[in-house]
Amino acid sequence: MSIRFILAKLLRGLVTLLLAVTFVFVVLRLSGDPVTQMLPDDVPASVIAEYRRMWGLDRPLPEQYLRYVLALLQGDFGFSFRDNRPALDVVMERVPETMRLGFAAFAITVIMGMAAGILAALRRGTGTDHATMGFTILAHSMPNFFLGILLILLFAMSLRVLPSSGNATWWHLIMPAVTLGASHAASVARFTRSSLLEVLHQPFMRTARAKGLTLQRRVVMHALPNAAIPVVTVLGLRLGGLIGGAVVVESVFAWPGIGLLLVNAVGQRDLAVVQAIVLLIALTMVIINFLVDITYGWLDPRIEGMQGRATR
Amino acid sequence: MTVATPSETVTQNAPSRPRFPRRRGVPMVICLSAVWLVLVFVVALGADVIAPFGYVDQSLLNRLKPPAFLGGDPAHFLGTDGLGRDVLSRLIYAIRTSVLIAFFGTLIGASVGTLIGFLAAHFRGWVEDAVMVLVDFQASMPFLIIALAVLAFLGNSFWLFLVVVGLYGWETYARLARSLVLQANVQGYAFAIRTLGVHPVKIYVRHVLPNILSILVVQVTLNFPELILLETSLSFLGLGVQPPQTSLGLMLGEGRNYLATAWWMGIPAGIVIFLTTLSVSLVGDWLRDRLDPTLQVADS
Repeated sequence: MSIRFILAKLLRGLVTLLLAVTFVFVVLRLSGDPVTQMLPDDVPASVIAEYRRMWGLDRPLPEQYLRYVLALLQGDFGFSFRDNRPALDVVMERVPETMRLGFAAFAITVIMGMAAGILAALRRGTGTDHATMGFTILAHSMPNFFLGILLILLFAMSLRVLPSSGNATWWHLIMPAVTLGASHAASVARFTRSSLLEVLHQPFMRTARAKGLTLQRRVVMHALPNAAIPVVTVLGLRLGGLIGGAVVVESVFAWPGIGLLLVNAVGQRDLAVVQAIVLLIALTMVIINFLVDITYGWLDPRIEGMQGRATR
Repeated sequence: MTVATPSETVTQNAPSRPRFPRRRGVPMVICLSAVWLVLVFVVALGADVIAPFGYVDQSLLNRLKPPAFLGGDPAHFLGTDGLGRDVLSRLIYAIRTSVLIAFFGTLIGASVGTLIGFLAAHFRGWVEDAVMVLVDFQASMPFLIIALAVLAFLGNSFWLFLVVVGLYGWETYARLARSLVLQANVQGYAFAIRTLGVHPVKIYVRHVLPNILSILVVQVTLNFPELILLETSLSFLGLGVQPPQTSLGLMLGEGRNYLATAWWMGIPAGIVIFLTTLSVSLVGDWLRDRLDPTLQVADS
């Protein structure tokens, strides 16, 4: 992998980050004057002017923008007025819980999705194939909040075997993770199936069979590595969906992660927390996309050259 | 190269022959989906006529009555909610709100995205570069997060909500339209018209657009269910459509507090969302397979 390829991807990530920062800055300024929003209506104009000067709001916009970016670089994301603490602290203490949920859901996506896809591809045209694919269509159209509510009705209220909200034990993780992972597992299953079907007909698979390799060995050692590229792409794209989905799923199951925090912060218009979360997610997405691109180039060296042309 | 005789042409076409018998019959699932979609649209358009009660009519004596088929009041087929409002009537109005938002939202996203795609393809150069950078940015950020941020910063009003939801997916239309226009521009017909000195806008609207419309329509069917999911998700979280208005997501969101005592408040709305997204996806996939033979080849 060439340095140039990596540098180009890094640059793209930086541009995306800069756009995210600019987006937040613009919307923040559009949202109105923070001074008049914070202070009561009957405050004299001289006090307002004083606050504006103190917060640098009397400066020209480009300067305000530069100050804003510099503050972000120093880790200053503003102050959460609800918690009376730096917004970044409020957000960071929720990150581990979201990561726990995200990893569990991602594991379900990868394991269930790929297993179902492999099964359907190997049994192509049989009842197993049709049943699996039918099930993926259902799972894909199921809104995650509805699935979550149905699971709560069934497992928490009727059968009383799983807890419906909170994060006290590992049992609490099961329903949110399944809810979050289900629709993504479905699309991974479809992609695994179609990309495996393409590979299974290749001459090298016949050779592997002729060598007398077992089915497991043929699939795991020969077919899967060659079918991996579309699947890795989909997994990378799905991570963004997982983050968006976590917002909904966390509030269905009262899972105390950044998704629930974001929903609450939006409801209470705690803007510093909202901007910290948005920028944190942008950073996460940039890192994920970068890693996916790198994995991509490593899995298939031809991509490097192709992508250079494709982005034109 | 020899000139193909009629018999040769027939054998060349032979591989595509077996598809024709499949084309004629419409699968049962697709028929059912289409019927469901027609039903949803009829309900959405005729809500005022169909709904037995108003969606804000309260009857505090009739609170949390179970559906008629579970021994409730026959007048309230799907029972009543925590304020004694008729769930069926609310469901009907909710379908109207959700379908209208999804419909106009799709219209907004498709027009804005397509226009941007056309501009990028026409001007090339830095305009195109800027558009592609924005497209990349949009594609790499989860849209739900952006929508939440905008609603948080700018406050929630129905029209702002409609525009925000509508912008969902603009980048897919822009990317698609750009590449389709670039392809069309090098084809004979566009070149021929341009040499006649026709104004570029007229070329794009009268000649290029009709030629690429079918592919854009397929994209619309892919986008529509996602838009319904976006609107219902935001409304479910209480950050979309605001009471006393109602939407499918909002109904399910309100109903989740009554799961133990009155599940009928929210579950019907969830079922409608599920069946609608499922139907649009099934019909969309089917349409795509019929309209675009190249995808069919890539799929098998």
